[in-house]
Amino acid sequence: MSTFLQQLINGVSLGAIYSLIALGYTMVYGVLKLINFAHGDVYMVGAFMGYYLANGLGVRGAQALGMSADGLLARGLLGSGAMEPSLITALAVMLLAMAICAALGVIIERFAYRPVRKYSRLTALITAIGVSLLLENGGQVVFGADPKFFPELFKKRNIELFGGASINSADIIVLVIALALMIGLQLVVFRTKTGRAMRAVSFNLQSAKLMGINTDRIIAFTFALGSALAAAAGVLVAIRIPRIDPLMGILVGLKAFVAAVLGGIGNIPGAMLGGLLIGVTETMVVGYLSPTYKDAVAFAILILILLFRPSGLLGSVSQEKV
Amino acid sequence: MLMPRYLRNLIIALVVIGVLYGLDFVFQGRMMNPYFSRILMLSGIAITLAVSLNLINGFTGQFSIGHAGFMAVGAYSSAYFSVSYGASLAETLGGGTLGWAVALGAATLIGAVAAGLAGLVVGVPSLRLKGDYLAIVTLGFGQIIVVFLNNIEAVGGARGYSGIPIVKSFFWIFLIAIVTIVVVYNIVNSAFGRALISIREDELAAEAMGVNTTRYKVMAFVISSAMAGAGGVLLAHFDGYLNPKSFEFIKSFEILIMIILGGLGSIVGSILGAILLTVLPEALRGFAQYRMVIYSLLLIILMITRPQGLLGKTEAFKGWRARRRAKTRTETEEITAEDTRDQESVEKATLGERQSETSLGEEKPR
Repeated sequence: MSTFLQQLINGVSLGAIYSLIALGYTMVYGVLKLINFAHGDVYMVGAFMGYYLANGLGVRGAQALGMSADGLLARGLLGSGAMEPSLITALAVMLLAMAICAALGVIIERFAYRPVRKYSRLTALITAIGVSLLLENGGQVVFGADPKFFPELFKKRNIELFGGASINSADIIVLVIALALMIGLQLVVFRTKTGRAMRAVSFNLQSAKLMGINTDRIIAFTFALGSALAAAAGVLVAIRIPRIDPLMGILVGLKAFVAAVLGGIGNIPGAMLGGLLIGVTETMVVGYLSPTYKDAVAFAILILILLFRPSGLLGSVSQEKV
Repeated sequence: MLMPRYLRNLIIALVVIGVLYGLDFVFQGRMMNPYFSRILMLSGIAITLAVSLNLINGFTGQFSIGHAGFMAVGAYSSAYFSVSYGASLAETLGGGTLGWAVALGAATLIGAVAAGLAGLVVGVPSLRLKGDYLAIVTLGFGQIIVVFLNNIEAVGGARGYSGIPIVKSFFWIFLIAIVTIVVVYNIVNSAFGRALISIREDELAAEAMGVNTTRYKVMAFVISSAMAGAGGVLLAHFDGYLNPKSFEFIKSFEILIMIILGGLGSIVGSILGAILLTVLPEALRGFAQYRMVIYSLLLIILMITRPQGLLGKTEAFKGWRARRRAKTRTETEEITAEDTRDQESVEKATLGERQSETSLGEEKPR
């Protein structure tokens, strides 16, 4: 029972991260019908941005300031001293990484995807593979190929639960932030004018254009939004498991894509549900079967779902027409 | 040409084998820099893989990115055979060149059949899907194959499989490559091939015209997988060592990039792409760490500037065939009218080419 509970907690925490990445896949697929293979690598870049920011302004800065200036401001902003160190730093790091990756997403869209939009979808897919390879290999050159270790942004603590399971404070933070981001996304998509335009574009790009929507801007905005969420996921992952490397985005990206398909691609709540399901299934397989089969789980689920319900759990069935 | 067709083909085959056997002496490394002969042979393996992938991706229009998985099946099954039975089989046949040739032939056959079976198992369910979904499912299957290989202790698991008999044979590698090219060429220029191309151009229309699309797609997929398996066999016996890591989807992407670079739907293009992408990394060795960055940038720029690949759908032998056909007709005294018709059909073909460049993989309005 305690194993089950423990694996469930781990699974939900992992699943929340998959969900955040899956949202980016699903939104881009919604507006462009493109599998953005580079999305997983944007997540990697997010983690590395978090790493450099945290080292630059976070931990070291906090220690320096905490030692020299014992002011309330330094303590409050950067969190030194006896208090839970620097949730605010963690948040600042995450938000900055999100901003950088949003810009990266817009750049990728502008310079790689927009020029090929007039060609077939296959061309766009191959371009996406190219961008993905570029980020991975560029990352190896710029960040270095060997793994880096993310600094501890705040003290982690284990909280004992009933039944022998325990939950890490990092997991709680991951869950809370992920939830907040998803609610924020829902508000953006369903309560704002831009969100309505996004939905219009994903419904029918041509008609949206005829209705006077600046589709180029909406597509760029979608990329910015998705990339920002991926960056948040990158920083959150690094908080949970501090080891980051330039190839970390490949497999996670694929699994998040599977999550998006599982929930019904193009469907935002579906991506969240799919991410959670993949995360939980994966940790259950690790806990009860064998960790070596961990990476096959997502793909096995994918194959099953595509064979029996290709439109995903929450997706709508579309009829093929000539 | 008064010779019967099969006799002529037999002679051509014998000449090709003879020439290959002769070149074998030159390129085996005895008379040539071993480094160059190594690159040459790797190009030959790459040609097998690229041309076979082109059959399903380029000609049938089914976007599969799990080719490395089938390669792995072929490589591992043949390696297992060679390690367990290869030597004894060669011994019972006298142990000489002949014995080893038979053992290798058997290994190749086993690898190809195993990969073909894997292709059947994967293809039957997944070819119901289209476009992106098919791509991602084949990728998933490819990854699953790798995960399983990592867990099979009989073939070394994650440590890799070593001790496979090493055969660096120019003759063998290029024989397989040529057989692959000939098979794909003949398929594409047959009724079967026309069915495949009709599926690529418009699957619904093809089905409406009475093409059993599922059957043709699965057949093309199985043949393509089997040939990928043969490529895997070559690779397994080239270095004598296999590791599941080398069959991850990066490898599939690599083969995919070869055929895209050369032009989807062009055999000559695939051959060119395979050679280019084998030689290019060696040529860029000076910039070792920027190599892959340059590579991926090239791919993006290529897609933006020339999405149909370097050669598009052009085929080197097309003009030659048309000319020869025209000549045969002249001999059988159907002169002028036929010639103009040939002109027309060539024009039609180029027109179709232009159309298909825009329609390849395009989404129908929902």
